[in-house]
Amino acid sequence: MKTIIFKTASAYLLPLLLLFSVFILLRGHYLPGGGFVGGLMAAIAFVIHSFANGIDKTKNIIKFHPGFLMPVGLLLALTAGSLPLAFGDTFMTGLWMKQSVPVIGSVGTALFFDTGVYLVVIGVTLTIIFTISEGL
Amino acid sequence: MSNPYIVLPVIFQLFVAVVLMFSWNRKNLQKLISVIGSLIALLISLLLLLKVNQEGIQAMQAGGWVAPFGITFVADTFSALLVLLTAIAGLAVSVFSVGSIRNARIKFGYFPILHLLIMGLSGAFLTGDIFNLYVWFEIIIISSFVLLTIGGEKAQIEGAIKYVTMNLLASVIFLTAIAILYGLTGSLNMADLSIQVAAVENRGLVNVTAILFLIGFGIKSAVFPLYFWLPASYHTPPPAISAIFGGLLTKVGVYALLRVFTLIFIPDEFLTWVISIMAMLTILTGGLGALIQNNMRKVFSYLIICHIGFMLAGLGIYSTIAIAGAVFYLVHDIMVKTNLFMVSGLIFKFKGTYSMRLLGGFYKEQPLLSLLMAIPLFSLVGIPPLSGFWGKLLLIKGAIASSNILMIAFIILGSFLTLFIIAKLWAAVFWKDGAELPRKKHIKYFEELKPLKKKAMIGSIAFLSVISLGIGFGAEWIMRLSMTIAENLMDPAPYIQAVLGI
Repeated sequence: MKTIIFKTASAYLLPLLLLFSVFILLRGHYLPGGGFVGGLMAAIAFVIHSFANGIDKTKNIIKFHPGFLMPVGLLLALTAGSLPLAFGDTFMTGLWMKQSVPVIGSVGTALFFDTGVYLVVIGVTLTIIFTISEGL
Repeated sequence: MSNPYIVLPVIFQLFVAVVLMFSWNRKNLQKLISVIGSLIALLISLLLLLKVNQEGIQAMQAGGWVAPFGITFVADTFSALLVLLTAIAGLAVSVFSVGSIRNARIKFGYFPILHLLIMGLSGAFLTGDIFNLYVWFEIIIISSFVLLTIGGEKAQIEGAIKYVTMNLLASVIFLTAIAILYGLTGSLNMADLSIQVAAVENRGLVNVTAILFLIGFGIKSAVFPLYFWLPASYHTPPPAISAIFGGLLTKVGVYALLRVFTLIFIPDEFLTWVISIMAMLTILTGGLGALIQNNMRKVFSYLIICHIGFMLAGLGIYSTIAIAGAVFYLVHDIMVKTNLFMVSGLIFKFKGTYSMRLLGGFYKEQPLLSLLMAIPLFSLVGIPPLSGFWGKLLLIKGAIASSNILMIAFIILGSFLTLFIIAKLWAAVFWKDGAELPRKKHIKYFEELKPLKKKAMIGSIAFLSVISLGIGFGAEWIMRLSMTIAENLMDPAPYIQAVLGI
């Protein structure tokens, strides 16, 4: 599918979709969205890019093996989940900052947990897709 | 008593898995992390059991959401003991893997998945929420599926398909049962369900749900007539993986059965009768199946089924002493079955085959090692004072007390079948004069291994054998523990009080 239209569009779609995926990730606390959907969307952004430009170009953009995102995401989620243990609360208790941050809103452990999920989903999806397309 | 730290055995295994993933390409580092991680996990679990033993049932409400709305984790003596046994088996298998797992498998993430499996097992034992139990079961299935297929040999894939099909079916039935239960009571917390289910007026529906749970857990714990997936799949992966499967996977099903049928559904006469019949037929078919097998690992697979029957018998008799027997047998069986699969793996490393017909003369070649291997084998038979004896003793005591003659007959029959099978195996593998076996090129034989790997394999077998001996000779202590567990199971009031605070 290496048409010039698709190729041109994909160059703009990649940053737009990534930005949108972050938006979906951030609104997920009270509204539909969250780490899982956001992660899928970010993965799709890379997949579209690889359809248009070939898988090697996409790998050049990412620079490291996407599988590396899995342990990073898991570690982030695990830390966010077990942080309350250090304060004597139970596992997965939400800890929140007193003041809210502009643009993002109030920041708590739930955000980091969701970011962890976001990274894991990107890592898993891209690893699967890259592995399959290598075999083709 | 509320205690936020009881979830540590679960979180820690996840942490080890994450650290292992970070060192994806460094296989020696992975081995080191896995063994050290398992050691620390063992220590944590031991502390948990001591804590529970001293201070009674510990509960934790995840996220601070009070029961019955949040997810509860509960550590009573039963859960804590099983978490400890999981950690012991996990350590042994981790060390055994250092010696026996090929680099190609490590490269595809064997160690992280192993720790995720152990995490799933610990989580299943600790959770106090029936839906959360389902989630842990899924984690166990997914990681065991990866472990079963890793390496991608033809036989492995064939076994894995049967394994996954049956286990997914079990999950669907389990999930359906949870859905009905939720529809009936509006709760998923097991302690809360214990109160709510007793108050439901539609007893017919409650009984149907109980049967659904029985079938779902029955498939997972491989009881008659739902066990066919087990002997079809357990002999296909490398021995280290068979060991953790044989030792622990079916036992989670037994744990769930014991928990659900003492806490949520109190079996009526019909249900105990059904469970008893299932137990008897499980003992019989498992024993007969093992009798005709030639592959050593298939023999052990069928023996797993046979001995699951013993544990189910305890539930079928449904008295404190019989359940204590089932718990004792569970403790003994986890240690011994894990060990036996490792023993079969070690024999394979020497001889290059699992076939009892081809094997022979092992005692002549390796007298000391043979004596070491005799410990788990004879513990399995239950020659007093080895560990298998005491569980059966309690079971038969319980059966006598409730004058269940048929059950006594089947338990004794099962013991004799086991004795006969192990005697046959001992004669075939260790005593019989074996022909010189042709060397196979693709197998790395024991002599060719590095000394560290040799020590790892023998050391893990010796470690579990010592624990088996400990269970046998320290039977008094384990028996007291089993009696406490059985009393707690039969009287759920303290459990409910610890979770709900009423």
